Amino acid sequence: MSIYTSQLIKNLEDKAKLFRREILEMTFKAGSGHPGGSMSTIDIITVLYYYKMNIDPKRPKWENRDRFILSKGHVCPALYAVLAELGFFSKEALWTLRQPGSILQGHPDMKKTPGIEMSTGSLGQGLSVACGMALAARLDKRDYNVYCMLGDGELQEGNIWEGAMFAAHEKLEKLIAIVDRNRLQIDGNTEDVISLEPLADKWKAFGWEVLELEDGNDMKQILIILDKATNTKGKPTVIIANTIKGKGVTFMENKVGYHGSVLKLDEMERARRELEIPGFKVD
Amino acid sequence: MNEKIEKAATRDAYGRTLVELGKINKNIVVLDADLSGSTRTKWFAEEFPSRFFNCGIAEENLITIAAGLATCGKIPFVSTFAVFGTERAYNQIRQSIAYPKLNVKIVCTHSGITVGPDGTSHQTILDIAIMRVLPNMTVLVPADAPETVAALKTIVEYNGPIYMRLGRTPVRTFYEQEYAYEGKKLKFEIGKSIELKPGNDVTIICNGIMVAEAVDASEKLSSEGIDSRVINMHTVKPIDEEAILKASKETGAIVTAEEHSIIGGLGGAVAEILVRKNPVPLEMVGVKDIFTESGKDVELQKIFGLTSKEIILAAKKAVKRR
Repeated sequence: MSIYTSQLIKNLEDKAKLFRREILEMTFKAGSGHPGGSMSTIDIITVLYYYKMNIDPKRPKWENRDRFILSKGHVCPALYAVLAELGFFSKEALWTLRQPGSILQGHPDMKKTPGIEMSTGSLGQGLSVACGMALAARLDKRDYNVYCMLGDGELQEGNIWEGAMFAAHEKLEKLIAIVDRNRLQIDGNTEDVISLEPLADKWKAFGWEVLELEDGNDMKQILIILDKATNTKGKPTVIIANTIKGKGVTFMENKVGYHGSVLKLDEMERARRELEIPGFKVD
Repeated sequence: MNEKIEKAATRDAYGRTLVELGKINKNIVVLDADLSGSTRTKWFAEEFPSRFFNCGIAEENLITIAAGLATCGKIPFVSTFAVFGTERAYNQIRQSIAYPKLNVKIVCTHSGITVGPDGTSHQTILDIAIMRVLPNMTVLVPADAPETVAALKTIVEYNGPIYMRLGRTPVRTFYEQEYAYEGKKLKFEIGKSIELKPGNDVTIICNGIMVAEAVDASEKLSSEGIDSRVINMHTVKPIDEEAILKASKETGAIVTAEEHSIIGGLGGAVAEILVRKNPVPLEMVGVKDIFTESGKDVELQKIFGLTSKEIILAAKKAVKRR
């Protein structure tokens, strides 16, 4: 008998659908942003926050909370949608994204947004920051986990591999990196820009436990792999999550064009029909 | 009163003080990038191995790990050579430390040109410029060992990013032990300069190794009938605007002296105040806009114009322009 009941999975899927709609609505309203990668990561972020992580929205600075670092900061609309739904801040804030005075910056700002653990946006830095948090846990004898979401294109940054070496050296078993392997970066397919394969072998060679997630947009698979990831002993874990950029809206899927461009009005109308949610409204 | 020690390296004072502070404050952690012997963080590592992290020859890693530790209430002291600690990981400092205003102390040794024979690749004369342009960053340049100790004790109590610049070679110990000058006990305050010598004709604003040179220059100027004020501007940011303006009004001419490029450092910071609030003649002593070269510290100071001689010439020139 599975602990991953159909009800649990249905609830997570409903949440993710809501978040997808909100990602598109908030970036549409903002007139800019990164919907494609937000859509590929949202299922994993949903499972982390609604199933896996030990957090308390009423106490965003609670010392023993699990940490989530969005190293690929440009997909923050996904995280903002989740944090708002959990009550870290009000939903109205979502519709101020990228506007002057908003608590929701174009890329995450830990000083402005409750629930954001680290200011990111300049790629490649989150993994080492997560290492620092895992080291602090060890020093303070706390048992929280540190999750770090990386983009696949982001792995071209040298800082990532410096952190990867360090994490294995320090045996940071409470550190779980997740690679959003949607295979697309701004200039095209990752394998055409600067190839990453064989990606799993690279992480293995760096001393990490490597888990491959066949479908990073499938709730049940995500649940299983995250539970497995937190059982690793003596080394850090990376989950290579095969995802689909733009997942959830048919015409956006696997299209690099939606990396950093928002939908046009007619596209938005089509997307709204695909992500129909009774009673949904903006404002 | 303790006796003056002739010469001491600021990095040695750093290494010793870190151990002292580490005993008192358990939140202090120290990170280095394979230069712990040279930066003297090794002394802390030997005393507190669980609170020391060698990040390898990987400065971007060094800075970002420190940032993560700081988010969890640790007080990371981060050390390597100044050229690598600032330039090599600059965007990491900007994004992960300065922008989120995290409590990381970047204390770099082997700064300036007096690192010496290693040559240009290991010298830096632009670190002050690039660090002080970062919002939220505090920039400190102690003159000698006692001032380094005093500065460290102050910054450990300050919550926010710090860049502190130290040297490799022994420098003249200028202050008395326990941070006193001419018998008078001093207090190290961020942003508050110290007037070492009163004077009415011209003011020499200096920091780091140039403080000793400035005091020498001031004595020689006196013998030539020029009464110069000497201000140790140990904090380049936030700079002591009040002292600069007071000096500009009372002496009417300013000289800056620093072991740094004349572009963007202490001279630049003083110029920014003067041109906006009280334009008086300003002469800058520092390294011209060039890459430096290998040599012994004293030789390089002569070659690149970082001695009392240049300060004297600059002071005369500034007075003449008044």
